[in-house]
Amino acid sequence: MPDATGLELIAHDLGEQVPGSVTGTEHYRGIATLIVDPGRVVAALRWLRDTPNQAYAFLASLHGSDYLPESPRFGVHYELLNMDRVERLHVKALLEEPGDGELPELDSCVELFPTADFQERELYDMFGIRFRGHPDLRRILMPEEYEGWPQRRDFPVGGEPVLFTHNEHRTPRWYE
Amino acid sequence: MEIVRGHAGGPEDFRVRQLRARDLLRGDLAGTDLEAHVEQSVLTTTFERAVNWARSNALWPATFGLACCAIEMMSIVTARYDSARFGAEVFRASPRQADMLILSGRVSIKMAPIIRRIYDQMLEPKWVIAMGACSSSAGVFNNYALVAGADKFLPVDVHVPGCPPRPESLIHGILKLQRKVQGEPDLGWRTRYEAEGTEEVGEPAVPHGA
Amino acid sequence: MSAEERTIATGVTVEPAQEAPAESEELLTINFGPHHPATHGVLRLLVTLRGEEVLDAHPYIGYVHTGIEKSCEDKSYWKVIPLVERMDYLAYYFNAMAFCMAVERLLDEEVPARAQYLRVIHCELNRIHSHLVWLGTSALDLGAISIFWYCFRERDKVLDLFEYSSGQRMHTRYVQVGGVIEDIPAGWAEKALAFTYEMEERVGQYEAMLDRNEIFLQRTKHVGIVPEQRLLALGVTGPLLRAAGNPWDLRKAAPYSSYDDFDFRIPVGTVGDCYDRYRVRVAEIRESCAIVRQAIEGLPEGPYITTNRKVALPPRHELATSMEALIHHFKLVTEGFRVPPGEAYLPIEGPRGELGCFVVADGSAKPARVHMRDPSFVNLQALREMVVGGYVADMITNLAMLDPILGGIDR
Repeated sequence: MPDATGLELIAHDLGEQVPGSVTGTEHYRGIATLIVDPGRVVAALRWLRDTPNQAYAFLASLHGSDYLPESPRFGVHYELLNMDRVERLHVKALLEEPGDGELPELDSCVELFPTADFQERELYDMFGIRFRGHPDLRRILMPEEYEGWPQRRDFPVGGEPVLFTHNEHRTPRWYE
Repeated sequence: MEIVRGHAGGPEDFRVRQLRARDLLRGDLAGTDLEAHVEQSVLTTTFERAVNWARSNALWPATFGLACCAIEMMSIVTARYDSARFGAEVFRASPRQADMLILSGRVSIKMAPIIRRIYDQMLEPKWVIAMGACSSSAGVFNNYALVAGADKFLPVDVHVPGCPPRPESLIHGILKLQRKVQGEPDLGWRTRYEAEGTEEVGEPAVPHGA
Repeated sequence: MSAEERTIATGVTVEPAQEAPAESEELLTINFGPHHPATHGVLRLLVTLRGEEVLDAHPYIGYVHTGIEKSCEDKSYWKVIPLVERMDYLAYYFNAMAFCMAVERLLDEEVPARAQYLRVIHCELNRIHSHLVWLGTSALDLGAISIFWYCFRERDKVLDLFEYSSGQRMHTRYVQVGGVIEDIPAGWAEKALAFTYEMEERVGQYEAMLDRNEIFLQRTKHVGIVPEQRLLALGVTGPLLRAAGNPWDLRKAAPYSSYDDFDFRIPVGTVGDCYDRYRVRVAEIRESCAIVRQAIEGLPEGPYITTNRKVALPPRHELATSMEALIHHFKLVTEGFRVPPGEAYLPIEGPRGELGCFVVADGSAKPARVHMRDPSFVNLQALREMVVGGYVADMITNLAMLDPILGGIDR
């Protein structure tokens, strides 16, 4: 992992090359996190991948999280890996919820990292985050016509209630 | 649901049969009496019992591995647990050739209609073993993505508990199913579960049972 | 097959194949799965064929999606372990280990040396188990049916060892946050050591049956070659990447849990076809045996779980004498330990590639988000490139050598 000073250097260089992209850094338990502005994520990733002394050319994982009730609500995490130096950089983009039933949008990085194809579809399926420019954005794990974004914090876990003596009368003929 | 045991009547039945058998040997039974006797004691009882015995000892499972339980289901075919001793070795890939469906694994909401379709494609008589906790109830999981138990959309004959059940448990379940098959002379899961009226709406291309 | 018939349970309409068929030929779009004996689980492939040649193949997944990640948010950290184990259901120790290591990173908890060695031993035995099941089922797909019985015979010996040490054959809950749940019983080390010697001999027998088998060579040589750069772009790791020539292995590149104490080699292929993938995995079984031997012989003394009572349960005999132990036990079992807010992504080397666990902690006793970066999910994207342009039979070979585990793909 780049240590804290290395992380600050990366943030500084990235902030110069792609102005306005870096909004923060975190270094916690040895993990270096770069917080970037969601509008400039693809440019930041491109810089991190193509600059010779950065060369984070492997996207190990693209995942998301819902920070409800905090705002901005959604986090899209990119785990970048430089295989030669064995260094991992965690890039995070925080998205607001647009409100009015609209879906948060982000640019897709499939041209940079083709591995993001399925992973962005999973983010769309689970969180409802729309990726602009993704060739085939549709649900991947849930049935195609499913409604709702399961991994959001306000989506109920679902399932059946466990029947005890205090609530079994509410379920008619459960014994059949 | 009652299990109809085969023709194990009380002492009066036995006495009646004994007298009829004596008459038969003496040559005193004739005409319709003789026909009724033969039909009842020789053909029906023995034939059905024989057929059920043959069915139970040659239960061909359909390959239906869904999740972790499938690995333990695969291992009952292997040399240590050897389901071939019980006739259940030949796993048929095509549901039309299989007569037992072992639901090994969790039933998700996307997979449920497909499982139902496979079940419908199987020919009568057919039985279902729900292997593992996930296909009997929701198992370890109880959430939006699973159907809490395959018996919500399928009639299940034997539930095998475990997560995953040991191969010996599954073989125990198969043996229990064999005893069930031997004890039930009637065919057709609709009669077995009194599920008349669950046929699909609309005229099928081929009439049911033809 | 009309478009309506193609929209089976998922309601998806498929775009027609890109090239217009010639007048004399017809393209056939068929469904391969989800119920199919050769798909290694409930994988559905929508395949466009021109005769026997595959023009296009799209995977459709989600048929065993269990919502594990959502269920984990509802449970304390200790209770998440059995859920997370059931994701990639052949590599259950690895799933639990990735999760526990991520939580230990967030807690900044040290794992004692003996626990690390025990974790390594069990993980490598699980790797052997996973590769044996892979070899058995892949050979079964390709027609070498007796290998299935031989591999599962060895697999049962591995499961006997797991049952001996933890009481369960699969999904053992052996790896816990802070160490392992229990020390190994007396006699286990000798049995495991004897097993490794036996396993190496058996691996030699499998190789003797398959390595120079003419049919196997014809089925697997020069099949499914994807260039290494393309594999890296697709995010593929594990034996698939190593078969293409890239020796990337997290056990050597970024050693975790005392892997740098052991001396083992990384098998690397040259061409990157299915034959190389087979050779790499079989060689990995041998290397895992070597690691298990070295770990057993060098097993240090000490506690098998961290002594921090705020995280790990106290031993039962202390509950009778010590009040603090009783209170710790009570708090851990009812509420669980709390993890300070933060997030961590921790990758380990699973049997199929990089298995990473991402945990977001919000300061309470339940995780706010648990996500597994499953290697099969990412490796599946490479299937299309392997399969297009080959024959249907090669598609089966590619799928077998890809080693997808649908539990991990769908989670």
